[in-house]
Amino acid sequence: MQKHIVVIGAGPAGLESSANLSNLGFRVTLVEKEEVTGGHLNKWHALFPSLASGKHTIEAIVKGLNPGIKIQTATKVTGIEAVNDYFTVSGHNGWQEKADAVVLTTGFQLFDSHRKEEYGYGIYENVITSADLEKQFASGKEFVNRQGKKPERVGFVHCVGSRDEKVNNLHCSKVCCITAVKQAIEVKQMIPEADVFCFYMDLRMFGRHYEELYKQAQEKYNIQFIRGRLSESTEDKDGNIIVKVEDTLLGKPLRIKVGLLVLMAGMEFPPATKALTNMLGLKNVSDGFIQPLDEVLHSNLTEIPGVFIAGTCSGPKSVSDTMADARSAALAVAEYLK
Amino acid sequence: MEKKVKNFGYSVTRDRQIDFDANNHDVGKIVALAEPTLHLCISCGTCSATCTASQFTEFSLRQVILLVRRGETKGLLKEVSKCMLCGKCQLVCPRNVSTRNLIIQISRALCNHEVSGSAMLKP
Amino acid sequence: MTFDLFVLPFFFGLIFLTVVLVQKYSRWIAMMDSSDRVKAGMALFSVNLLKSIKEVVLESLLHRKMFKRNPLLGYMHMSFALGWLLLIILGNLESRVYSGGHINPPYYPIFLKFFIHDKRVLPFELFTLPGFFRFIMDFILLFVLSGLVLALFKRTRSKWFGLKKTTQHNSFDKWAITSLWLIFPMRLLAESFTAGLYQGGGFLTNTLGSIFDAILPLQYLAYPAWWAYSTMLGIFFVTLPWSRFMHIPTEIVLIFLRNAGIEQGKYPGSFSEIELSSCPRCGVCIDVCQMNEVDKTSSTAVYLIRSLRDQQPDKQLNANCMMCGRCLQACPVGIDTLGLRVGARSVDNKSIAMDFSYLKKQPFVGEETGIVYFAGCMGHLTPGVKRAIVQIFNHAKIDFTFLDEDGSICCGRPLKLAGLREAASKLVSENTRMIKNTGAQLLVTSCPICLKTFNNDYQLEGMKVMHHSVYIDKLVTEGKLALRPEELKAVYHDPCELGRGSGIYEQPRNVLKQIAEVADVAEEQENSLCCGGSIGELAMDFTQRNIIRDNALKILCESKPDLLVTACPLCKKTYDSANCIKVKDIAEVVAANLVSVKHQPKTTEMVEQG
Ligand code: SF4
Ligand code: SF4
Ligand code: SF4
Ligand code: SF4
Ligand code: SF4
Repeated sequence: MQKHIVVIGAGPAGLESSANLSNLGFRVTLVEKEEVTGGHLNKWHALFPSLASGKHTIEAIVKGLNPGIKIQTATKVTGIEAVNDYFTVSGHNGWQEKADAVVLTTGFQLFDSHRKEEYGYGIYENVITSADLEKQFASGKEFVNRQGKKPERVGFVHCVGSRDEKVNNLHCSKVCCITAVKQAIEVKQMIPEADVFCFYMDLRMFGRHYEELYKQAQEKYNIQFIRGRLSESTEDKDGNIIVKVEDTLLGKPLRIKVGLLVLMAGMEFPPATKALTNMLGLKNVSDGFIQPLDEVLHSNLTEIPGVFIAGTCSGPKSVSDTMADARSAALAVAEYLK
Repeated sequence: MEKKVKNFGYSVTRDRQIDFDANNHDVGKIVALAEPTLHLCISCGTCSATCTASQFTEFSLRQVILLVRRGETKGLLKEVSKCMLCGKCQLVCPRNVSTRNLIIQISRALCNHEVSGSAMLKP
Repeated sequence: MTFDLFVLPFFFGLIFLTVVLVQKYSRWIAMMDSSDRVKAGMALFSVNLLKSIKEVVLESLLHRKMFKRNPLLGYMHMSFALGWLLLIILGNLESRVYSGGHINPPYYPIFLKFFIHDKRVLPFELFTLPGFFRFIMDFILLFVLSGLVLALFKRTRSKWFGLKKTTQHNSFDKWAITSLWLIFPMRLLAESFTAGLYQGGGFLTNTLGSIFDAILPLQYLAYPAWWAYSTMLGIFFVTLPWSRFMHIPTEIVLIFLRNAGIEQGKYPGSFSEIELSSCPRCGVCIDVCQMNEVDKTSSTAVYLIRSLRDQQPDKQLNANCMMCGRCLQACPVGIDTLGLRVGARSVDNKSIAMDFSYLKKQPFVGEETGIVYFAGCMGHLTPGVKRAIVQIFNHAKIDFTFLDEDGSICCGRPLKLAGLREAASKLVSENTRMIKNTGAQLLVTSCPICLKTFNNDYQLEGMKVMHHSVYIDKLVTEGKLALRPEELKAVYHDPCELGRGSGIYEQPRNVLKQIAEVADVAEEQENSLCCGGSIGELAMDFTQRNIIRDNALKILCESKPDLLVTACPLCKKTYDSANCIKVKDIAEVVAANLVSVKHQPKTTEMVEQG
C-alpha cells in the first residue's frame, strides 16, 4: 500500500519536502493554516542575495508540485496522536488524516516589535519593521515615510528581538543582517540621495555572496555601518526619529536623526506550534525551537520515530538553507518508510 | 648568534600597547568572582548609549567592563565614580549583565586595591 | 526562713542581667545624638509617655498586631508576655500578704511557695485574700503553660500559626529558649511537689500535688525541683542579653524613643542598635519575603537583623533585598527593616566615593511655568507612558513643561538605597536647584522612585509633587478629564514605591474603575508583591529576578484578566518582559479612553437616568 505522509505547514519547507516526497512515490497531504500556500515568502518582496522575487520563488516551487499532492488549506492542526505504527492528525475544522509519517514544517513567527517599547514601534509612526518595509516595497508605491515625505535618512536596527535576553531570545536569527543590507540597498536604489545607516552589534555575513552584497552596500551605495546597539529612540516635533546608540568603535555616544527607522525583527518559535510539539512530547531547547535528534547527523529526525522536521521550526534559516533542509527531510522520511 | 641590540629607533612605543602580561588581573578576578556576569558583556554599547552619566561626561560602562577584563585598571576608579547607579543600563542590557552590582564590585575591588596595593583580596 | 541556697542561680542571674542591661542602656544613651537625647528627655514628661505605655501594653503585652496576623500566634506570644508579667506582679502582692507588707528580697515572691506553707483550709476560699491568690497564681501559670504547649506545636506545625517558615536559631537562642521553656514546667513541678507535701497550692498545684504524692517520693523530689526552677531562671537571665529575648527589655525602649519622634539617623547608632535588639525573631517577616522564592531566605529581614546584631555582617546578604517593604509592613514590632538594610549597605560601600563634579551648572533657559512633568530615568525607556501623559495634558488643556524631555540626572534614590547617602545628596541638591529654577507649583512625575525621594529627601519649598496617577485622578474628579468605559477586565499592580512607599493605593484604582472592571488580586495594596525588577536589589541575577516576576504574575493573573495595569515604568518593563499578558501604565489606559468633557453625561443626568 502507498504510504501516506502529512506535512504540516506550506511555506517553502513544506512545499519543497512535499514535492520531493511525492516524486519519491509517497502519498502526501500538505496542511496549511492560511488560505494560501507560501508562508512568509508571500509577503517578502525580494530575497537576498540575488534580489529574486519572493512571489516568483514560491510560484516556481508550486509549479513543481506533483498534482497528486493533496493540499489542505485553511486548516489549523490541533492534534497529532501516535496510534500504534501510524499518526492521526486532526484539524480545527474536523479534518482528519491517518499518516505513516509526519513532517513538521511549521516555520517561525516574526518577533513582535511592540515588545521593545523603548524602540518606539507602535508609538512613533516612523518606526517600522523589516516586514513592513517589504510590504511597502511590494506595493510598488513611491517610497515615503508616514508624513508622506521622502526620508533623507533611513536607519536599520539589527537584532530586534534576537540576541536579547530581555525578551528571552538569546539566539541569532541569522537572516536579518543580510536582510538589512539588502533592504538598505533597495532603499538607496529608490532614493539615491538618502543616507542609510545600519546599527549593528556584529555583521553576520555567513552565506555565499553575502559578503559581496555587504561590500556592494559600501562601495556602490555608501551605506554607513555603525557598530552600536540601539538603546532607545525618541521622536521630534516633525516626526523624525532620534536614535541613541554608542558608536562603540569610537567609544562615544551618538545621536542621529532619521526620517524612517526600520527594525530588523527576528525569528521566534510560534506559541501555537509549541502547543503541538508539547502534545507530541517533543523537547524544545531553551531557544524554543525544536531540537533535532542530532544536530549534525540527524538534523531532520526528532526523538519520536516517524516525526520529522524541516525549515525554520528547528532554528532560523535562510530560504536557500530551508529548501535544502526540506529536501534532506524528504530523504530521511523515505529512509524511514522503506 | 643574534646580537642583542638596544634600540635602532624602530621599536614599538611600549606605552601605546595594552601590555596584557604586565597588567594586573587581580581586580578582574575579584570582580568576576563577586559578579560573574562581567564575562557576559558583548560590548554592544546599549548601556553606554542610554547611560544617564554618559550624557554629561566621558564615561562608558562598556569601556569600563572591557578595561577591567584587560587588566587596564589605572585611573579606572575615577571613571566608575561617575555612575549614578540609576539602573537604566541594567534595563537595556541584552545579555542581562548585572551592571549595577558590577559597578559596586569594581569600585570596591579598586578601592581595596589602591589602598593596600596587594594581590588577591577578598571581594 | 527567708533564704535558701537554691535561690542563688536565680539571684546571681538576675544581678548579672541587671548589670549587663545597665551597661547596655548607658552605652545607648551615650551614643545618642544630643538632640535625640533632649527629645527623649522631654518625652518622659509629656503625653508621649502615655502613648508609649499604651503601645507597650497593646503590642508588647497583648501582641495586638500578632493577633491580627494569626490569633494562635498572638495568643502564644501574649500568654508568655502577659502571663509572666502577671505572675511577677501578683506574686509580689501575694508575698506581701504573708510578709505583712515588708519589702522582700527579689527571689522571695518568685519562690514564695517554698518559703510559705500555708496549710489553712479556708471557708469560701476564693473570697479570702490568700485563697484568691492561690487560685489566680495557678490560673496564670496554666495560662503561660498553654502558651508553652502552643510554642511546642509551632515547632512542627508552623502552618497553624500562619507561618510557612520559622526562624532558625543560633546557640544562644537555643540555650535561652530551652531554659525559658523549662522555667514554667519546673515551677509547676516545684509548686506541685511542695503542695503535695504541705498543701497550700491552688486548684492546679494541689490537685497535681496529691496525684504526684500518690506515686512519687515527693520528700526527695521537691527540693531538687526548686533548684531546677531557680537554675532555669538563672540560665535564662544570663543568656538573655545575647539571645533574641533581649527584645523584651529593648522593645519597650524602642517604643518610647519612636513615640518621642526619634528616627534611625546615622548607622550604626544607638537607635539602630536598639532596633536590632528589639527583634524577637518572631519570623513573621520570613514568609512575606519573596527572597524565599529564589532560595535566599537567609537574606530576609530577621537574618539581616541577627547578623548585624551579632556583628557578623554579610555583604551578599545585605545586597540581596528588593527593598519592597513587605517585611516592614508585616513586622509587629515596627522595626525599620529597610533603614537597617540601607545602613548595613552604607558600611559595606563606605569606601566607594562617587564624584559628580562633571555636572557643570547649566544656565537655566526656559520659561517659568506652573506645572512641570518629570518622566524620570526609567520613564525614558517607556515612551508609551511619556506619550500618554502628553496626550492627557493636552486633552485637559493644561500648560506644562516637560522638564526632562532631553534626559535628566538620576533622582538619587538608587544611590541612597545602595547606602551611598552622600553621593545621593549631591544629586539631590543638583536636581533641587534645577527643579526650583522652573518656579513651578506642581511637579508631576511618572516614576514612583522619584516621587518617593522628591517627597522625602528634597526641600522643594511649597512645590507639590504628585505621581501622575494622583494627578489624573484629580483631573477626573474636577471634571477636567472624562473617560470612556471599555469592555475590559483589568487587574492593578501596586508598585512597591508607590503603594507601601508612598501610600498611594486608591487614586490609580479610582481612575481605572472608570474605564475597566477591576478584578481583585490575592495580594494587593499593602500586601502587593514586588515585580522583581527592583532597583533596591543590588546583586540578584536575572534568572532569579524572572522567577520572582513570574510568581507575582501568576498571582496577578489568577482571575484571567485581559490587561495588567500598573503605575511605574520599572514594573511595566519587568512584567512586559515576561510576555504573558498585556501590560499598560494607568496613563496609557487613560490616554486610550479619553472623551471630550462635554460629551460625558453630567452627574445630574446620570442620576436621572439611573
Ligand atoms: S543575523 Fe544579524 S541582525 Fe539578525 S540576529 Fe543575527 S546578528 Fe542580529
Ligand atoms: S547605573 Fe550608572 S552606568 Fe548604568 S546607566 Fe545609570 S549612570 Fe550609567
Ligand atoms: S549593554 Fe550589556 S552587553 Fe552591552 S555593552 Fe553594556 S554591559 Fe555589555
Ligand atoms: S524583623 Fe520584625 S517581623 Fe522580622 S523577626 Fe524581627 S520582629 Fe519579627
Ligand atoms: S524589603 Fe522585601 S525583599 Fe527585602 S527583606 Fe523585606 S520583604 Fe524581603
